[in-house]
Amino acid sequence: MKRRDFLKSGLGAAALCGTAGVVSEAEARPNLEPAEEAVGMLYDSTLCVGCKACVYKCKEVNGMEPTYRDGADYYDSASDLSGDTLNVIKIYKDGNGKYKDAEKNGFAFEKRSCMHCVDPGCVSACPVTALERQNRTGIVTYNPDACIGCRTCMTACPYNVPQFEYDETFGQINKCQMCNQKGVERIDNGQMTGCAEVCPTGATLFGTRDALLAEAKKRTALKPGETYNYPMGDLSKPDSYHEKAVPDYKDHVWGEKEAGGTNVMHISAVSFDKLGMPPLEERSYASVSEGVQHTLYSYLALPAVALAGLSFVVKRNADSDEGGEQ
Amino acid sequence: MSAFKPLGGRILTPAFLFFFTVFIISLYFMVERFTDGMGAVANINSGYPWGIWVVYDVIIGTGLACGGYALAFTVYVFNKGKYHPLVRPALLASLAGYALGGFGAIFDMGRWWQFYNILLPWNWNFNSVMLEVGLCVSLYIIVLIIEFSPAFLERIGAKGLLKVLDKVLFFFIALGLLLPTMHQSSLGSMLIIMGYKVDPLWQVVHFQPLLAVITAMIMGYSIVIYEASLARVSFGGSDETPLLSVLGKVAVGLMAAFVVIRLVILGSQGKLGLIFAGDMSSILFIIEMALFILPAVIIMSPAHNQSPAKLVIAATAMLFAGSLYRFNAFLFTYDPGAGFSYFPSGPEIMVTLGVIAFEIMIYLIIVKTLPVLHRSEQA
Repeated sequence: MKRRDFLKSGLGAAALCGTAGVVSEAEARPNLEPAEEAVGMLYDSTLCVGCKACVYKCKEVNGMEPTYRDGADYYDSASDLSGDTLNVIKIYKDGNGKYKDAEKNGFAFEKRSCMHCVDPGCVSACPVTALERQNRTGIVTYNPDACIGCRTCMTACPYNVPQFEYDETFGQINKCQMCNQKGVERIDNGQMTGCAEVCPTGATLFGTRDALLAEAKKRTALKPGETYNYPMGDLSKPDSYHEKAVPDYKDHVWGEKEAGGTNVMHISAVSFDKLGMPPLEERSYASVSEGVQHTLYSYLALPAVALAGLSFVVKRNADSDEGGEQ
Repeated sequence: MSAFKPLGGRILTPAFLFFFTVFIISLYFMVERFTDGMGAVANINSGYPWGIWVVYDVIIGTGLACGGYALAFTVYVFNKGKYHPLVRPALLASLAGYALGGFGAIFDMGRWWQFYNILLPWNWNFNSVMLEVGLCVSLYIIVLIIEFSPAFLERIGAKGLLKVLDKVLFFFIALGLLLPTMHQSSLGSMLIIMGYKVDPLWQVVHFQPLLAVITAMIMGYSIVIYEASLARVSFGGSDETPLLSVLGKVAVGLMAAFVVIRLVILGSQGKLGLIFAGDMSSILFIIEMALFILPAVIIMSPAHNQSPAKLVIAATAMLFAGSLYRFNAFLFTYDPGAGFSYFPSGPEIMVTLGVIAFEIMIYLIIVKTLPVLHRSEQA
């Protein structure tokens, strides 16, 4: 008896360790690749003047109410993303805040909106496929008819982008869908996003991911002080240009590689950790999570084997006069 | 003849009325949540979308409801029939815990009127850990009802049905072993995709499912010891201390394995230094580890492990250890970045207390009316 028990516990422990071993060796799938015709935006923090025309336009396109803070009566003073705010301009300030785009004693603007990840955590985590990455454009869309409101997407987004309407009786998730949601469809109609359209300095530029990435790399490679002719609106057919001295860009295009990359990319003269970007590595969390999950559950093979084994053991033990040693 | 007997006696005891009052107060806030939105009652926000309703009611609550799971392993896999008297009360507590976890999930679900979407196969996203948790938990609640149904069928004298059930019960017992293994480990896997938001001391990536399932077992064994001891104190009956102390030893083995595996993982990830960093995370980690080690010391001491009171202390420490592990990972050290904070509101806490009170009320009603507790001759 003792010996048999010992063998059985040994086998159980071995099975557990074996499974753990398999999982720890689980090869995460590679990060997803950008969609073939991925569209996106390039936000150049050094061009932004904080006018918030993009915030206004975004609310107009999405039919959302302005947000007022501390009794302020100017048109919109949303301080962060919310169920009513899908795009917001935030500010970095240090010391006396005198110099634009300086880390010390300076200030800089930063845009917060959905980054449209190439390998989105929200899409991977959603149990009911309410969030999807569109095949052609790479736009991450949301379908309230499928959503159950579990808010796993919010925990899985490294940028804290999806927003639940906590104040509504029948709330839903809201996030930027690049002005291409049903009833808006600006991208499908050959238009650009609202925020890019109204940006007076070209700080928010619309285009394909490839073209924007090339533009971003060109800018960060420029010599500070040189003059550069900055395009505005849609990079493939700019409305206009303006000449400006090149700032001292950080040699970093946010969104080229972070967690698999994003379709909305940022460049800046202030380092991104100061602008509140999260500490991300190149590997997407989604790829790691799916690696573990698919190792354990591919074709439900492991659970099926386990169920067969357990059924056998339970049946034998239950049959042996109501449970062996009394 | 079954030695399981209904306790009988009055249902409306002072204790029951106390729980009932707590539940009625919480009902007010539950209604408010449905009429005015979640924000009217809970302090959850964009950085902390999951507050105590998810983390306590569902993630920890189902862990504390693993008694049936842990005992089923003991009785049916390791063939220890002498633990049979403990099975029904444990199954009842599991059923109550999981059913209330499911109920908690409904009022925490932002779009609850569409909850059935997760049951429709064309919506399924097989990459989602949450899908696995949702489906497995739903299925397990049904399995628990079937596993517990003999108590009800005996009461109404449905002999024919009992006979049929007896033939197929082994399969449901096996399912009852498999499903918690799956979704309890997945509760850990949910942390993987949260990435940097989970503190490095708890973000063990690939090992999340392993650590989660071990804590589920530890919580399962400790709740069995805790409930059996409490039932003995409250309702009398046969002294099961010798049995419980052996279960305690099994839990100690699991805790030792948990502590060693965890330290080895943290070592291999180069994070051991963080334990002594002196910040909030390191303090919480040390408290948690102390709670895992304290019961081991009590149970391994021959002078203490035959004392019902000491066993209850050990079981309580184990329950806190497992709960704190999950609280720490999902809430206490969870950090979505600058600018966000969360502390549950009064009404939010009240709702959770109401859920717990309701669970206890159900347990009390059922042990008094159905044959759940094992009674020896004098009863």
